[in-house]
Amino acid sequence: MRYVDEFRDPILARGLIREIETLSARMERGRDRPFSIMEVCGGHTHAIFRYGLEGLLPDIIEFVHGPGCPVCVLPMGRVDDCVAIAEQPEVIFATFGDAMRVPGSRKSLLTAKAEGADIRMVYSPLDALALARRNPEREVVFFGLGFETTMPSTALTVLRAARESIENFSIFCNHITIIPTLRALLEMPDLGIDGFIGPGHVSMVIGTEPYRFIAEEFGKPMVVAGFEPIDLLQSLLMVLRQLDEGRAAIENQYARVVPDAGNPRAMGAVEQVYELRPTFEWRGLGSIEHSGVRLRDAYARFDAERRFSTPEVQVADPAACRCGEVLTGQLKPWACPMFGTSCTPETPLGALMVSSEGSCAAYYQYGGMRQPHLEGAA
Amino acid sequence: MNNAFPIPVRAPRRALPKSVTLAHGGGGSAMRDLIDEVFIDTFKSTTGAPEDQARFDLAALMAQGDRLAFTTDGFVVDPLFFPGGDIGKLAVCGTINDLAVGAARPVALSCAVIIEEGLPLATLRSVARSMAETAHAAGVPIVTGDTKVVARGACDKLFITTTGIGVVRTGIEVGIGRARPGDVILVNGQLGDHGAAILNARGDLALETAIESDCAALHGLIDALVAAAPGVRTMRDATRGGVAAVLNELAAASGVGVRIRELDTPIRSDVLGFCEILGLDPLYLANEGKIVAVVPPDQAAAALQALRDHPLGRGAAAIGRVTDTRPGRVVMETRLGGDRIVDMLVGDQLPRIC
Repeated sequence: MRYVDEFRDPILARGLIREIETLSARMERGRDRPFSIMEVCGGHTHAIFRYGLEGLLPDIIEFVHGPGCPVCVLPMGRVDDCVAIAEQPEVIFATFGDAMRVPGSRKSLLTAKAEGADIRMVYSPLDALALARRNPEREVVFFGLGFETTMPSTALTVLRAARESIENFSIFCNHITIIPTLRALLEMPDLGIDGFIGPGHVSMVIGTEPYRFIAEEFGKPMVVAGFEPIDLLQSLLMVLRQLDEGRAAIENQYARVVPDAGNPRAMGAVEQVYELRPTFEWRGLGSIEHSGVRLRDAYARFDAERRFSTPEVQVADPAACRCGEVLTGQLKPWACPMFGTSCTPETPLGALMVSSEGSCAAYYQYGGMRQPHLEGAA
Repeated sequence: MNNAFPIPVRAPRRALPKSVTLAHGGGGSAMRDLIDEVFIDTFKSTTGAPEDQARFDLAALMAQGDRLAFTTDGFVVDPLFFPGGDIGKLAVCGTINDLAVGAARPVALSCAVIIEEGLPLATLRSVARSMAETAHAAGVPIVTGDTKVVARGACDKLFITTTGIGVVRTGIEVGIGRARPGDVILVNGQLGDHGAAILNARGDLALETAIESDCAALHGLIDALVAAAPGVRTMRDATRGGVAAVLNELAAASGVGVRIRELDTPIRSDVLGFCEILGLDPLYLANEGKIVAVVPPDQAAAALQALRDHPLGRGAAAIGRVTDTRPGRVVMETRLGGDRIVDMLVGDQLPRIC
């Protein structure tokens, strides 16, 4: 595939790995702990496992898989609300595929569907709008989910529904925003993260400007990265160089896609349709101020939260779950006592085991090659 | 005999209506007409005289091998027609392949259809024709069958169950638990075509691709493979769950490790692109014309050549080896030289959103 194969080239990759080895070997001297690099985005986590990058890198480098998997950070109470809406007889509930298996306190959408709820898997909010046009006698609710990556497409769909005066369409909005979350993470005491690999797709929308505080206030380097293995290796090398030179800056490895100014049109649609919620709950991380958005009053008629009554009960994560510590890099997935025993992809307790972007599921399925649990089993 | 008009032995057939109704399942003349016209007439090319059961000459069967193989499979694919095939072709090929991978020569098939009331008759005819053509081309007759019509909503358009019998060649022993370290793992071509074609044909993706299902009857290919590599350990058709599911079963049942190489695993670029867009993994996509064969190392070259010499095996490749490390695990060496574990899926693959 053109424009893709170049970024998966084994020879280029070997060259980059050698550079990383040389640099980190020099930096390693006198250091008593590994370099912890957090990749914020779930897409990066997926790519790291898919290409087996961890096993190719020196032991001194450790990836910490961050909170950038929107499915993983969705709290149980919100899943319960989804199920409650989906189970209304007049509703067609349209969702992205990977939200189907996320466990609520009683059931997942997949179970609700098996029990008779009309839940359809779609690939874009526009597909959901088309469902609404085709089924005027039904209420179509789209499960709006994701960071700034998917936020604009939901916003544009709402604007289109408004323009076409489609009355039987609404959004159950669970969109979240990355910046307040990164700030909350950085403000945690004892956060042992040395640098960040920044989310490529989110940045395509918001640009690189909003990350400046990471370097300026917290003194941590960040490199916004693409999703191919060469992108990730090059970004890692760029982070290490900053650390080596004692610099902290926001750099853009993914300039072929991410303009530093982002996408003003997409941001315009986001601005027009959503407002920040005072606070939003994240699974494993608790409530974070201004980290979620909801529809503005002008679009209230497209807001499923206002059109349907939902339980809106906050449900605590299972007590034994240590997703929060895993999300913040304080605990390796396999070090959680639930990992692979009572929490598996088949019966996930915590959301990190649900999505293939969740670090626990990724470890379980793709197998971190340094994972002692698996080495022991083998 | 000087009758001016021949006296019909039974009432003349009425023209069938445009779609199937419950009356066609009622056991009366409407049902007989449907069965006669749509199935018996169509399958005639392969069946000979219709009876309530098929009968086989045991001596003729025993001349072909020393064990009888017996298998059944239900087909509920949606949509009924897709690029590269349809439910009828799939139902014939699927059961032939289930027999063939057990080193059996397919002898005959049965066909039971469950029809949802309201199915257009043209659709049913077209599926029956496709079954007949596929069976004829494969040289495996459909010798008995059954038809049921159920009320709207009680099934989805058309379900087909085919059952097959075959005779296992004398002296060939295959089994999923027979793989040994050092054995070579072969596939007969590009992986994931069927799964991608079906997902695409469901139409809700609006992707413009020309991916066709690989649906094919593989008994001829397997004949060639077994002749070239009589020591073949096991063969499996990589249907639901894809090659990943077969390799995991192999690793578990044989108590061995499996190591495959991404760079040696043949996948069409349009299937790769399709998977890329949807966040799917082609190793888990279904195939309907692909087998995984495990052969001892000294027969691997001959086996691979035999596959490549057959029209259904031109894209054949050795994708990896059976190992004695990490028993029960399937590991893929990625194109970059890293390792990843290829596990069983819990359920269906669900597309990722970002």
